[in-house]
Amino acid sequence: MTLNDTTAATRRKRSRSSSTGKAVLRFLVTVVTTFLGLLAVTFFIGRVIPIDPALAIVGDRAPAHVVERVREQLGLNLPLYQQFYFYVRDALTGNFGTSVLTTNPVMEDIRRVFPATMELATVGTVFGALFGIPLGVLAAVKRGSIADQIVRVVGLIGYSVPIFWLGLLSLVLFYAKLRWVAYPGRLDIVYEYTFTPITGFFLFDSLVQGQWDVFWDAFRHIILPGALLGYFSLAYISRMTRSFMLNELQQEYIVAARAKGLSETRIIWFHALRNAAVPLITVIALSYAGLLEGSVLTETIFSWPGLGLYITNSLQNADMNAVLGGTIIVGSVFIAINLLSDLLYRTLDPRTRSR
Amino acid sequence: MSVVEQTPKPYSRDWLLSDRPTSRHQARLGRAYVIWRRFSENRLALVGLGIIILLLFVAAFANVLAPHNPVQGDLMNARLLPPGSPGYWLGTDDQGRDILSRLIHGSRLTLMVIVLVAVIAAPIGLIVGTVSGYAGGWIDAILMRITDIFLAFPKLVLALALVAALGPGIENAILAIAVTSWPPYARIARAETLTFRNSEFISAVKLMGASPFRIVLRHVMPLCLSSLIVRVTLDMAGIILTAAGLGFLGLGAQPPLPEWGAMIASGRRFILDQWWVAAMPGFAILIVSLGFNLLGDGLRDALDPKEAGQ
Repeated sequence: MTLNDTTAATRRKRSRSSSTGKAVLRFLVTVVTTFLGLLAVTFFIGRVIPIDPALAIVGDRAPAHVVERVREQLGLNLPLYQQFYFYVRDALTGNFGTSVLTTNPVMEDIRRVFPATMELATVGTVFGALFGIPLGVLAAVKRGSIADQIVRVVGLIGYSVPIFWLGLLSLVLFYAKLRWVAYPGRLDIVYEYTFTPITGFFLFDSLVQGQWDVFWDAFRHIILPGALLGYFSLAYISRMTRSFMLNELQQEYIVAARAKGLSETRIIWFHALRNAAVPLITVIALSYAGLLEGSVLTETIFSWPGLGLYITNSLQNADMNAVLGGTIIVGSVFIAINLLSDLLYRTLDPRTRSR
Repeated sequence: MSVVEQTPKPYSRDWLLSDRPTSRHQARLGRAYVIWRRFSENRLALVGLGIIILLLFVAAFANVLAPHNPVQGDLMNARLLPPGSPGYWLGTDDQGRDILSRLIHGSRLTLMVIVLVAVIAAPIGLIVGTVSGYAGGWIDAILMRITDIFLAFPKLVLALALVAALGPGIENAILAIAVTSWPPYARIARAETLTFRNSEFISAVKLMGASPFRIVLRHVMPLCLSSLIVRVTLDMAGIILTAAGLGFLGLGAQPPLPEWGAMIASGRRFILDQWWVAAMPGFAILIVSLGFNLLGDGLRDALDPKEAGQ
C-alpha cells in the first residue's frame, strides 16, 4: 500500500521536474518540510495536548518544586512559537531531553538500543526477501493455480495475524516445548558480560571476533523474532513480486524470448525478474522501514533490547521525553528510507531519468 | 461498462445482462449484478464476506449468544478451565470468566473501533483529497504536504505517542488510529478527483452556476466513494491489528472490557501452562482481520477489473 503511494508521488514529482537542479531543490524541500512536520506533530503531542506537559514528564506524584523546575527547563512560560523554535533547535542537535526512567540523555539511550532494532529488522528483511521473492514469482507464473491461491492465503494471513500473538505462541512452541530456540533476549546471560560488541550488531561482531559460540547463541536468540518479522515482510514482498511479475510476463520481450527458444526458467528468472527487480528494491526498502516499526510489538514479546522495547517501557512509565525522542528517531529513519528508496528507484530505472 | 456476451440463459439473467437496458432501474440492477457476479466468482472473497456477516451477527446478538457474563466470572469453580470443559467451550481465564462469552462481547468493541475509525478518518481523507484535487494550486500543495507528512509517520508509533499524551482508553485509541489512517484516503480521493476534474460534466455543472462547494460535495465526492470504500475495507484489518496492539500494550480498552488485544495481554502471564487464555482472542483477531482482507481483495477485483489479480 505504501508502495502505491510512493510511486504515485514519484510520478507526480517526475512530471513536474524538468532539470536536475530543480529536482534536487524539490527533493531538499521535501526532506526539510517533512522533517519539520514530524517535529511539529511530536511537539503538538508532547507540549500542546497534555494539560501540563511538566506533569506529563515527571508524573503527578512529583513534588511541586520539581514540577516548577521542569516547567522552567521546558520554557513553558514562553509563547508557543518560541517554544517550537527551541524544540526544533534542540532536536537538530540531537537533544531530546533526559529520560526519567534511565536518567540518561534520551539520545544516548537511543544510540545504545538502536543497533538491536536494526539487526532484527535486517534479519527480518533478509528472511522476507529470501522467501517472498521466489513465492511471488511462483504465484505469478502459475497464476490461478493452487500454488497461487496458497501463496495468496499465506500472504493474507501475514497481513491479518497479530504479530505479538504469533510471537507468544511460537515462544511456547519453539522455546518452551521443543527447546529449539533460546529464551527471550539477545544473548544468554553467560555471554552478556564476557562479550564486547563493536558495532552493536551481535551476529556481525561475534563473527569478526571469531567467537563462534557467541555467534551461535546470538543466532538462536534472533532466529525466532527475525523469522516472525520476516513473515510479515514476506507477505508484502511476495504480493508485490507477484504483481510486478504478472506485469512483466505480459510484455512483448517475453514473447520475443520465447520465440528465440529460450527455456522458460531462463525467461522467468533472468529476463522477467530482472526487470521486476527495480521496483522490488523499493518494496524491500519500504518493508525494511515497516519492520523498524513492526518491531515495537515484537521486541516487547521477545524482550529484545531495541528501540521498540525502549519506547514501550518508557510509555509504561509515563516517560514522555523518551517516547517522543524515540518517535522522532523512528519517524526520521522512516522518512530517510522512503526518500532513499525513491532516489534509488530513479537512479536504477533509466526510464525515470530521460523524462 | 461492456458486458461480455453470454449464452442465452433464464430470462432474468439475460434481462440483467442486457446490452441495451430500457430503464435506468434495469441498468443499475444490471451493473450491480455484474459486479456481484465478478465478486462471487472469487470463493475466498465469499468466505471473507461470510466472516464479516458472522461478526455483525455475533455483535448484534451478543447478549443472547453469550452463555455467561463477560465481565464477572466464577472464581470458585471455574478458574482457568481448559477448552472443552462442559459449559465453557473455549475455557476460562484466571478470573473464572468464560472466554467464549468475552470474545462474543469483544466483537462489539472491535466493531465499534472499526466503524468509528472509518467514520472519522474516511470523511477527513475524502474532504482533504477532493478539495485538494479540485482546487489545485497552493491549496493542493499545502494539503498534500500535510498528507505526506502524516504518511511518513510510522502508524503504530504515532498512535502510541498520541495515546501516551491523551491517556489510555478505547476512545483515545480510536482517535489515535483515526489520526494515523486518513492520509492514504486523501491520496486516493485526490487521484480520483484529478481524473475527472476537467471532464465535460463538471464543466456543464460549472456553466449552470454551481459553486465549487456544491461541485465538490455533490458531483466529485460521490464518484470517489467506490475506490474509497475498497481502500477502507482493505485497511480494516490494519485498524483491528493496531487497536489490538494498543490494547495489548495496555493503552487501549481498559479492564474489565473484553477487548481482544487486552485479553491476550492478560493471558500472557500463564501462557506456558494455560495457553488458551491468550491463544483464543488471537484466533478471533486473526479470523476477523483475515475476513476483512479477503473481502477487500474481492471488492477491489470486482469494482476495478483493471487491477484484478494484481
